[in-house]
Amino acid sequence: MNLLELTINQIHKGLKGKEFSALELCQEYFDNIRDKDKKISSFLSINEEFALSQAKEIDGLIAKGEEINQLTGVPCAIKDNILVEGLKCTAGSKILENYIAPYDATVIKKLKEQRAVMLGKTNLDEFAMGASTENSAFGPTRNPNDLTRVPGGSSGGSAAAVAANLSCYSLGSDTGGSIRLPASFCGVAGLKPTYGAVSRYGLIAFASSLDQIGPIAKTVEDCRAVFNAIKGKDEMDSTSVDLIPHSKTPFPDKEPKYKFQISNLRIGVPKEYFVKGIDPEVEKIIKGAIKKYEEAGAKIEEVSLPNTKYANPAYYIISPCEASANLARYDGIKYGYSEKGNQDLLEVYLKSRGKGFGLEVKRRIMLGTYALSSGYYEAYYLRAQKVRNLIKNDFEKIFKKVDVLMAPVSPFLPFKIGERTEDPLSMYLVDIYAVSVNLAGLPALSLPVGKVGNLPVGLQIIGKPFEEEVILETGNFFEKSLK
Amino acid sequence: MISKEEVQRIAKLARLGLSEKETEKFQKELSSIFDYVEELKKANISKVEAISHPFKIENVVREDKKRKEKSDSRKLIEMAPETEKGYVKVKSILK
Repeated sequence: MNLLELTINQIHKGLKGKEFSALELCQEYFDNIRDKDKKISSFLSINEEFALSQAKEIDGLIAKGEEINQLTGVPCAIKDNILVEGLKCTAGSKILENYIAPYDATVIKKLKEQRAVMLGKTNLDEFAMGASTENSAFGPTRNPNDLTRVPGGSSGGSAAAVAANLSCYSLGSDTGGSIRLPASFCGVAGLKPTYGAVSRYGLIAFASSLDQIGPIAKTVEDCRAVFNAIKGKDEMDSTSVDLIPHSKTPFPDKEPKYKFQISNLRIGVPKEYFVKGIDPEVEKIIKGAIKKYEEAGAKIEEVSLPNTKYANPAYYIISPCEASANLARYDGIKYGYSEKGNQDLLEVYLKSRGKGFGLEVKRRIMLGTYALSSGYYEAYYLRAQKVRNLIKNDFEKIFKKVDVLMAPVSPFLPFKIGERTEDPLSMYLVDIYAVSVNLAGLPALSLPVGKVGNLPVGLQIIGKPFEEEVILETGNFFEKSLK
Repeated sequence: MISKEEVQRIAKLARLGLSEKETEKFQKELSSIFDYVEELKKANISKVEAISHPFKIENVVREDKKRKEKSDSRKLIEMAPETEKGYVKVKSILK
């Protein structure tokens, strides 16, 4: 048995049945990290001593015959913008290079209650700003399927770690595609939950009206297990809510335990997601996957989201505006990098931020500050907020007719390291099919459905607000019946 | 094209110290990004309201009672680059 290939459920059964110990499993993962991660660089820090002692403790509980949770003893990795008390949390930035998290994020508290074993913290684009993980101040992560290519971003370390069997599952965050894109590029499953489904307390803020934490895992079922463990209202995040599904189709049963029936599923295919610029090989694989759903009995309908073309421009106003406000806290005074020397207060700000932040982060702070500055606010920020409403309305209309939408995660295959770093706009286009979902606050899943050579392609399944269960069932159906 | 002075003005507002090279780079890049977002001018927004969140969110209220401290304030103060007698030290702003 290869322990590293087991899913959450398989590990759970194995631990309960004493087929292997939590310690063996954990050691196996650390051995694999030592062996492979020099080339991939998915981890920024590992937490070996503590993880091993945790695993030993769990083995003790199992030996005593105590009940264990589904995630107990299952090794996981955490994106390094999520706080784990006592561990470094860098957000991939020099400005937080030596920052030690003073408390646990709510998602971490929940995983610890389940006795999850945390192997370490994973690499990301600085402050989650990027689509390739090349913007990390600590060097890029490489795609395990092809080491010359990017793993996608910003949760590139989290996705690469799962794809290379360096962790069973991981947590990422998604502001404009940052879970779905790396999941797609690395060939693993990733869920971006509905805005508010998971508490953001303890997530280092990028754009607060868009950010969501979610799981990256080997299978859709694993994503569900992690999502169920981390979701729910939290008094520390006023935007978090308890999940109440808005409608129950395609689930005829009114019981909370849904029963999925493929013949009841209505799939919308937005034509604006299959336009000029998409890689024909990506299009072929996505259309092929949708065809499989059709042959299995789902109803397919071409639909239109007419304001799709405005989503990316609106995103590149709204997210930098929020970021410029959120990142004002890094001032060289309270915590983080501070430029020393005999200087006045303004100079401390200018030098600490000038040296502490990387190029992309500065670029976005500049964009946001410009768009919010007097004289430009209405032309940019206010206009983008109105366009955001148009995009949201498009989805609301369509979701009266269909249950889920299917589209590519990205128009492109994983690209070469360095290929898009010179021109920031070319990098911004990678997430063109991902950002609408964040603007509208919807849940969406990235599911590997095929490969071009050795490069994976992810299908994006978008759902109605708080209907994670519908998209998870829809994705699960592919893994179980259509693969 | 955004002028160099404009870039310097925005950088000061954002409290970002930029090098000469970065200033020039951003002058070009910000211009091309703002050209890209010009697309938004074509959207018909006459009948829609601006939204700042995807869903309507309500204020969360609680009783005005003292809460148990969840974190140790000393631990937070110690994270500051410069401290004195349990306070965060800041450069003087009054000459």
